[in-house]
Order: sequence, then structure tokens, then C-alpha cells
Amino acid sequence: MAERSIWLVILAGAAATYLWRGLGVALAGRIDPGDAVFRWTGCVAYALLAGLIARMIVLPLGELQETALWVRLAAAALALAAFYATRKNILIAAATGVGAVALFAWLGGV
Amino acid sequence: MGVREAFGLPALTLTASYLAFGSLIRASGLGLLPGLATTFGMWALPGQVALVELYGLGASLGVIAATVALTNARFLPMTVVLMPHLRAPGRPRWLYYAAAQLIAVTSWVLAMQRTPALAEEERLPYFLGLSLVLWGGCFVGTAAGYVLAGGLPHALSLGLVFLNPLYFMLIFALDLRERSRLLALMAGAVVGPLLHLLSPDWGLLATGFVAGSFAFGVDRVMARRQASRATAGRHG
Repeated sequence: MAERSIWLVILAGAAATYLWRGLGVALAGRIDPGDAVFRWTGCVAYALLAGLIARMIVLPLGELQETALWVRLAAAALALAAFYATRKNILIAAATGVGAVALFAWLGGV
Repeated sequence: MGVREAFGLPALTLTASYLAFGSLIRASGLGLLPGLATTFGMWALPGQVALVELYGLGASLGVIAATVALTNARFLPMTVVLMPHLRAPGRPRWLYYAAAQLIAVTSWVLAMQRTPALAEEERLPYFLGLSLVLWGGCFVGTAAGYVLAGGLPHALSLGLVFLNPLYFMLIFALDLRERSRLLALMAGAVVGPLLHLLSPDWGLLATGFVAGSFAFGVDRVMARRQASRATAGRHG
């Protein structure tokens, strides 16, 4: 196999990412924001992102796999509870969730 | 104004999230410079993580490019939806193509929430100010994570990895007033993990189509019912 230069890989990764952003700009000029197609695209975007976030919490890749599923779900629930209890204070909510995962990991000896 | 908004919590959380990426770079035996280059060229954390992990596993260039393309296809609908929020008359087109590189989850959600309240000509400057500060924070995070790698207690670094999805979830929860968005978010969150189990490659895109179309359809039906109830009320 030819040597895979990391720079070539990064260049390919950047192109594969920008492709969608650039295509989005080109298409945006052709769709009327009042259109049903446009509103459908908005729904797809929000669903995609919620799906990605849920996947990152429920089925994480990488080192977060060392933590138990119930720990991550409990931490997310605690963070949401703190978020609504503090009238949507993201700092407190995020610190609660991160603290919960760190605490459970520490107690579990991970 | 965007700059002011970005400093503080949004930049702080993104910087903290990129700490984990910086330490991943270190653990994968890559140098700091390639790590920073992915933050510059891609600025999409899940895609960057996939690239570094696949490279470490010895995957071919084609497999890496295809995986990154699938992971980041979300930018197509995101960009299409955001662009009308940024447009103002009399600007050159290349400016929008350049601004598109700065579309990432945090900058996108915040711009979708804030720009409708701004005057047309202030929207793009707001987005650029916001995104450039956030982007800058990610370089700081990547570098700091690389330098600090192994120095943080493991439990704390796990907490920081969790910060990324957690923060994304919270900024979406900031604004749930629009019914179609709320429906799409709920449907996507339920369907996302299930379809990922079926196909890690195509699951995310399928989630967007299935859950997004479902939310769109339900929203239309509900809007029509409301409309007919309103007319019935007027006549009855």
C-alpha cells in the first residue's frame, strides 16, 4: 500500500467536509425560504443533529465507552434538570453533567 | 456583538471539548501541527475524531474520505437553512462561500436563534464575529489538550469528552418554541441511536431523512388541523 501521508488524509478530510458547506451555499440560492422544500430541509437538519447528539451520548466512540450507559443517561438527565431548575443556565447545567460523569468514573475506579 | 456573545460560555465549552481532541492527537502519535490542521480545515469534531481514529487503524484514503463525508453531510441541510438568515443585498458571493467554512453546530444553533432579531446587514458580521472567536477557542483547546495530555485525572478527562454532546444538547434546549424544530429534535434523538446500530455508516443520514420527514409531516398535519379548527370556530 502506498504510504498514507497524514497531510494527504487531512486534505481529503477537509475537502470532504467543505463539499457539503459549499454545496449548501450554492443550493440555498435556489430554494425559496418560504417553500415547503426549505422547511423540510430545516426539519432534516434538526433531526440529523439531534440524532448525532443522541448517538454521541448513547453509543459513544472512543474513551467515553469506558463509562456505563446509565451513567451517561443519568448525567444528561441531571444536566437537563439543573438547566430547567436554574432558568436555562447552561454553565450550571454543563458543570452538573460533566461533574456527574467525572464523579461516577472516579468512584468506579476508571 | 457576535464576538461578545462568543466569549464566555460558548468559547469556553468548545475549548474544553477540543482539549479531549488534543489529547487524542497526542495519544495517536500524530504531531500537534496535523491536529491543528484538522481544526483549521474541517472544524467538525466528530469528523475529526473519525479521521484520526481511522488513520490510526490504517484505513485507506478512500475509506477515510468517505467516512468523513458521511459524518459531515449534516452541513448540507444546515448550510441551506442558515444562508437566508445571513444574506443581505450587495455583498459578493464569495463572502458566503468563505463564511460557510465557519458553520459548525454551536455557531449554527446560536446564529439560527439570534439572527432573526437582527437587522439584515448586521447578521453576517454577527455570525463571523461569533464563529471566529469559537474557531479560535478550538485551536487553543487542541493545542492545550495536546500539551496537557495524560496530565489530567482520567475521570476528569472523561467528563470533558462528555461535555461536547452535553453542551450541544443544552444549546438546542435553549429554544424549543418552534413546533417543527421540537418534533424534529425529538424524532431524531429517538431514531438516531437505533439507525446507528443498523448501520454506523448510513445511520446518521437515514436519521435525518426519516425523522426529519416524519417531523415535517406531523407538523403539517397539526397546522392543518389548527387551521380547520380555527375556521370551524369562526363559522360555528
